[in-house]
Amino acid sequence: MRDIGHEILAQSLSKLMPLRTQLPSLQLAAVRYRASNQVQIDVPKFEITGRGISVLVGPNGAGKSLFIRLLHGLISPQAGQINYDGQPVANGGRRAQAMVFQKPVLLRRSVVANLKFALKFSDTPKAEIEDKIAALLELSGLSDKATQAARSLSGGEEQCLALACALARAPKMLFLDEPTSSLDPNATQRIEAILHQAAMLGVRIVMVSHSMDQTKRLADEVLFMANGKIHDRLAVETFFDGPISIAAHSFLSGRLVP
Amino acid sequence: MTGFSDSLQLAVSLILSGDAGLWSIVALSLKVSLTAVAIAGLLGMPFGAFLAVSRFRGRGALIVMVNALMGLPPVVVGLSVYLMLSASGPLAVMQLLYTPTAMIIAQVLLVLPIVAALSRQVVEELHDEYREQFLSLGVAGVRTIPTLLWEGRFGLMTALLAGVGRAIAEVGAVMIVGGNINHVTRVMTTTIALETSKGDLGMALALGVVLIALSVSINAAMSFAARSSARLAYA
Repeated sequence: MRDIGHEILAQSLSKLMPLRTQLPSLQLAAVRYRASNQVQIDVPKFEITGRGISVLVGPNGAGKSLFIRLLHGLISPQAGQINYDGQPVANGGRRAQAMVFQKPVLLRRSVVANLKFALKFSDTPKAEIEDKIAALLELSGLSDKATQAARSLSGGEEQCLALACALARAPKMLFLDEPTSSLDPNATQRIEAILHQAAMLGVRIVMVSHSMDQTKRLADEVLFMANGKIHDRLAVETFFDGPISIAAHSFLSGRLVP
Repeated sequence: MTGFSDSLQLAVSLILSGDAGLWSIVALSLKVSLTAVAIAGLLGMPFGAFLAVSRFRGRGALIVMVNALMGLPPVVVGLSVYLMLSASGPLAVMQLLYTPTAMIIAQVLLVLPIVAALSRQVVEELHDEYREQFLSLGVAGVRTIPTLLWEGRFGLMTALLAGVGRAIAEVGAVMIVGGNINHVTRVMTTTIALETSKGDLGMALALGVVLIALSVSINAAMSFAARSSARLAYA
């Protein structure tokens, strides 16, 4: 991966999506998700709106990945409603969203074919596809590997490509499930730089992370989750200065979360 | 009856001399079996993919049935097609009995469940892998089938290969519906059966060698393709 500066990332991103003036809104009401007869997620009321990056933290098994899948409409709750800009997220609301998974999911095709596939399901006019592909390749640092098989890339390059595929849809809201958990510092830095620039353009970002350092670097607000419930929702400085819930205190001090 | 060494010598000379009779039988065998596999592939792969990605009442039972049909006895298929095409059958008007077309129909019926069942397995694994990603992109259900078939192209080739193996090696169905008529419906397997019963082991052995050589070549080519694709990270 070539190292490129933040200005170039910003330029590439601006070719892919306009500066968002109308910001998205995601509302949850009385959401309950059960699996194996156990309540895994229980969120009475929750809203994501405005700009910025929300980082979801919490112990293993807290339900963070399930929660982010609920927000993106990949799974449906047994009770409650999740609406995106007024319509059910699983019924059209997902169109303005995108998601990056912990393990990159790439087609058994070349880098450029993966980008074309992602663009095929966006509303990109045909005449703009080549320009967008060039911008996405530059964004992901893969311009010189465009014809290479996607699954032969390094882990960091694969995740950058997965992120580029997600951004190809010019989403208003982007979800990421531990996107850098297995990446080296170099690749992590690039992903974080892209996310930072995307957020500056008004893409609302919600991501799961286990890295407190990353949370401090990226987050505008922290959502602390344990046992399927959101215990704290605080500005990043406030959260690390002193969270409200006992569970979050325990988590930050390295003790078992009750 | 000639001895084994004489028969082997004759078989080798038939193969090396490019005996017209032998190679016309090989050509007809390939034409019938490859056509049958192509048709079974065109029908079976999308059907298998449909079974993999769709959810409906009775899907489980249908999958069990398709899997069970993989072991369909060729003579039973031959008999069924014979009854359909014979003078008293519902399709008698088509006058297809004892023609290569009848043999193709019988082999399609034999190969179709194999291709469909194996395709379902290949596509279902891929569907599990890509389901959330496709859903995130707004693609779900039958709309994912063309992409999944392309992503599984190397696995699906193995399904087709299994179909070729089944078609080219079977004797019962083509014997019943083809009638083993010289220069018309005589294929490798039916000729081997006939020539062996006549005691002409040279021709039978020559065709046997060609049959095995074909089978090994196809398998080797597929294995090479699969290894290359894995090396190039396309599989």
